[in-house]
Amino acid sequence: MAAVFREEAGRLTAWLVRILDDFAVAEEIVQDALVAALEQWPVEGLPESPRAWLQTVARRRAVDALRREVRYREKLAELDRPIPQEPDNRLELLFMCCHPALAPEAQVALTLRAVCGLSSAEIARAFLVSEATLAQRLVRAKRKIAAAAIPYKLPRDDELDARIGQVLAALYLMFNEGYLASRGGSPARRDIAEDAAWLADLLVKLFPREPEAIGLLALMRLHLARANARFDSHGQLVLLRDQDRGRWDADAVADAIGLIERAAALHRPGPYQLQAAIAACHAEAPTWDQTDWRQILILYDMLVSLAPSPITRLNRAVALRQVAGPKVALGEVQALAAELDEYHLFHAIYADLLEEVGENELSRAEKVRALALTHNPAEQSLLRRRLAVEPC
Amino acid sequence: MKYVLLFCGSAEDAAAFEALSPEELQQRYAEVGQWWQANGSKIRFGDQLQPPSTATTVRHAWNGGEPVVTDGPFIEAKESIGGYASIEVADLDEALRMARTWPGRGSVEIRPVVAR
Repeated sequence: MAAVFREEAGRLTAWLVRILDDFAVAEEIVQDALVAALEQWPVEGLPESPRAWLQTVARRRAVDALRREVRYREKLAELDRPIPQEPDNRLELLFMCCHPALAPEAQVALTLRAVCGLSSAEIARAFLVSEATLAQRLVRAKRKIAAAAIPYKLPRDDELDARIGQVLAALYLMFNEGYLASRGGSPARRDIAEDAAWLADLLVKLFPREPEAIGLLALMRLHLARANARFDSHGQLVLLRDQDRGRWDADAVADAIGLIERAAALHRPGPYQLQAAIAACHAEAPTWDQTDWRQILILYDMLVSLAPSPITRLNRAVALRQVAGPKVALGEVQALAAELDEYHLFHAIYADLLEEVGENELSRAEKVRALALTHNPAEQSLLRRRLAVEPC
Repeated sequence: MKYVLLFCGSAEDAAAFEALSPEELQQRYAEVGQWWQANGSKIRFGDQLQPPSTATTVRHAWNGGEPVVTDGPFIEAKESIGGYASIEVADLDEALRMARTWPGRGSVEIRPVVAR
């Protein structure tokens, strides 16, 4: 059912927004239709055409909503026509939900609801926030869309690149949040990271010559290919270096590498393509020690020059440790202390390097700090085990 | 769709503005004039404001007492408003385009107007 919802919800919402000219109303109608499906399909069985079923329910509710409208008859006539398959208005919907005038968390939540058909409860659960918090976020965003007239249309050609970049950033945020929050092995719970990859795939279908979209899709697929090995049989998070690489999905890795090659053939390198290439180096390595760290370091150098960020430099330092040893890496990491003081992984990596050079006292202090800054339960548990620090 | 563009600046912006040479200042004013002209069809009206140090505030109390008059701006913000333009455009993207090309530096806040 999740797959059907994912395929149909965005189309339905896009269709209704265009006719009703009201995002908030359209979005609520589709949610209602999905709830009706959740109640009826398990009892009555999957309808022959889920699409037609959902469209009928949504149409009925849209007619109710339209009765108060001035252009009632005109819009009603349009509702009676079948949903056009082409052009696919989900693209307009995606650009509206990921509009830069909305806060990043709101972009992610709106996209999941309107384009993927998730309920507020599902989104709240996936992101470990309360339903009330999430509902508030959505209400505020929907009000702003209406009050500030955030447009439901494709960006102008000269603004398209920047806007695609913003959609990619929202999808990457969605993926990371979902990936971090997912616990693996609980099929009952919808995996937001899968939804983000599905959206990236949709974007690639709509913009087949956009190398960064392809790069982001490859990056997500590579992470998902390793997802099975992220948790052990006790449900505990396992670090990349300790993962059972036999549990990685080799076919998915091969597919993702095909995507990276396809993007590279377009000759416009970018940060997502580089990150995908780094992930591919890991995915192809038989062990942590046999990883091509030199190649990874070269890719990180390119990434730092293309999109400098302290977190990229921190990750580069991990590769540098493998190539040049802990002392050199330690110098690089220390230089980031001011910028990354609030980032738990900075302190975790710093602690590891300090321990390697025998600075055990300092290392312990960094471990405590890392744990204090970690909010994700799975990461907390991992840090506690790895760092052998009592909960504070 | 109507919006008001609020042209704001921080204390640093004000200092940078003060530090401009007469030639630079003239250049900046010329650019702002060009922007105003180029966007003329979308601008309903607008003004540059005198600095916040010239402001007088009349504060009304909820309990209905006499209004209190004080010297200076009421809003104790890091940024102060140096001017505004009331515009009418198709949607937020068009308003954003105008704000992005604003040559006056500082920040531009875009506020939709309540429809009447």
